[in-house]
Amino acid sequence: MATPDRTPARPTPEPRPMTLQPASSSSRPVSRRDFLRRVGQGSAAFAVTTMVPTDFLQMPKIFTQEDFTWKHFVEMTDAEKQQRVQELEELYRKRFNDDRISIATTPAKEGVLWGYALNIGKCVGCRRCVKACVGENNQSRDPEIEWIRVLELEKGTMDLDESHHYYNPKEVPDEEHYYMPVQCQQCENPPCVKVCPTTATWQEKDGIVVVDYNWCIGCRFCLAACPYFARRFNWGEPTWNGNLNPHMHYLGNRPRFKGVMEKCTFCIQRSREGHYTACVEACPVGARKFGNLLDPQSEIRQLIAAKRVFRLKEEAGTHPKFFYFTD
Amino acid sequence: MKFLQFVGASVRIALTGSKRYYAWLLACLTVTFVGFYYYAYQLEHGLIITGMRDQVSWGSYIANFTFFVGVAAAAVMIVIPAYLYHVTEFKPVTLLGEMLAASALIMCIAFVMIDMGRPDRVWHLLPIIGKPNFPVSLLTWDVIVLSGYLCINLFIPGYMLYSVYHHQEASKKILLPFTYLSMPWAVSIHTVTAFLYCGLVSRPVWNTALMAPRFLATAFAAGPALIIIIIQIVRKYTPYGSPGAQFEIRNETIYKIANIVVVALLISLFFTFSELFTIFYSAGAHKAAMAYLYLGFDGHPSVLTPFIWGSLVMNVVAAIILLIPRLRKNLLTLNLACCLLFVGIWVEKGMGTVLPAFIPSPLGEIWEYWPSNPEALISLGVWGLGALVFTMLAKIAIQIETGAVSR
Repeated sequence: MATPDRTPARPTPEPRPMTLQPASSSSRPVSRRDFLRRVGQGSAAFAVTTMVPTDFLQMPKIFTQEDFTWKHFVEMTDAEKQQRVQELEELYRKRFNDDRISIATTPAKEGVLWGYALNIGKCVGCRRCVKACVGENNQSRDPEIEWIRVLELEKGTMDLDESHHYYNPKEVPDEEHYYMPVQCQQCENPPCVKVCPTTATWQEKDGIVVVDYNWCIGCRFCLAACPYFARRFNWGEPTWNGNLNPHMHYLGNRPRFKGVMEKCTFCIQRSREGHYTACVEACPVGARKFGNLLDPQSEIRQLIAAKRVFRLKEEAGTHPKFFYFTD
Repeated sequence: MKFLQFVGASVRIALTGSKRYYAWLLACLTVTFVGFYYYAYQLEHGLIITGMRDQVSWGSYIANFTFFVGVAAAAVMIVIPAYLYHVTEFKPVTLLGEMLAASALIMCIAFVMIDMGRPDRVWHLLPIIGKPNFPVSLLTWDVIVLSGYLCINLFIPGYMLYSVYHHQEASKKILLPFTYLSMPWAVSIHTVTAFLYCGLVSRPVWNTALMAPRFLATAFAAGPALIIIIIQIVRKYTPYGSPGAQFEIRNETIYKIANIVVVALLISLFFTFSELFTIFYSAGAHKAAMAYLYLGFDGHPSVLTPFIWGSLVMNVVAAIILLIPRLRKNLLTLNLACCLLFVGIWVEKGMGTVLPAFIPSPLGEIWEYWPSNPEALISLGVWGLGALVFTMLAKIAIQIETGAVSR
């Protein structure tokens, strides 16, 4: 199968050209294969960067539209939620010039606990799920943010330290390798929720760990606490190149701001309306399965019962609801 | 009213002085202003102007924060001998130690603030108006212990100076409970800071019970080392502590502080050795990060490798100097040792502890971090701010304590 996008995904946001070039040009991601020796380059970069930035002096835009009356999502009454959503819809419609924009606040359904299963025997490493996820969930295009990372592993090992993150062959799958996509594992015991100092991230009743983008202070403690590298920070102001998915959820794919965290929500705007997640639908080989863990008849329950499943880093005690299996 | 007079006098003392004093303030202010300028730039563009990214999400700011929590905690090493063991010659030093602790804490708070993506929402951390995740999140504990320690370290010397200013006897009933409270509280600030790291299952290299003890040991070496340098500067340029003065700080006192430094330094070196043995001999999950730090990978040294070896050499050399009585009791070699270990511990505790936990990432990616220039200048700005605050606080304390200014 041909890879749809041959440039390797580099979720590391590179700084946009500005009046001042940070030394981060010397801190590009390096895989074990193409490791560059950079000793001494830091000081060289320091000499280059003596220009003084002035473009921010006009009017610092550190505040978003919110004010001090903006409450934490779970503390809002239904009426307050309605009012906030209306305000946001108006704001976004004007800003993005799209009248279709709607923001849902659909709550979790009773008797639903979402689970995910991924067949690593089938996955071909094409990264279509990554692209579909970016489009569906309005991840920033520049700086580039991707919630799913597909690891390429040599056959015969599952040592993640030996994985390739920026593999870029002409064709996938490669004979010598297998592929292991990693995204938020929606842990039952999520370390990210535990460490958040402001309860800006929490687990919903249907098991999805969400972030209130208007409550997060951007301390990145959750990012440090996640054993799966599943959380992303908005290092700069996100941009979308005019490709905004107008069907949004308050806790999901609505546009984020600079300085807050975001993560996979099992496509909360889709799953809570009875649809599969974007990554499940995008997978060309049917390696991705999604369903209700509380329903004994669901495909995911059948899979867990019938297949040899495992979970990533089970020893961490996080109890992921994301299962890997092979045929 | 009496309190306002005291505050007014303090402000006057802080803002007036010799030409040399103004020149020093100006130098500190310049560094602070440059940092502030780039911080405004960071507010506008986001943390993307730093060298940090998702793979290494904490860098220079948090590394410096960790180090200065240690400096703040170290004041207790002067307070304990002075108040628990009644080593009276330490008492004039406690005033400087407490001022240093307060300044270091202000630096800590600044380092945390500049690291936040949304500092305008810092009030979300507060009870009632915000929604703090207490007691589950260790960061909420850190807010409590740091602000509490700042209050204690402003209150104790503040009350003492207030009494001296108004020619009153400072009430021991008020002073002593807070002095005793400051001792365990100092330990708590560094313990909680260590728990921020060692409580994360995602970062095996941080998952060590030695984290808090090691933090305390390095703090009790680096902090008093800084105090030794400060005493000599204060003694030279002010009447405070100079020979024959009312508050004399003799060389013998300095050597006693040096004893504290060398014991703490030896313990910290032992901890480092113990950590390295456990990690490299067992060669378990912790090894990847430490190997990256000390050895680099794929046969190449990492960006951090020369720094961590340099820091180890500096600490060992400092320990040797301090162990030889003839060199320890020579101010020149003593100061050299203090500078060496201060820099050595700054490297080890900052970039040596914070950064390797992120490299490799939990998914095994090697992504090397180096602070960007604006990031480095912002960090430097906080150092400038700390120096500025300490200078002013120390000047107020000295002028009032020596009776140069009073009601």
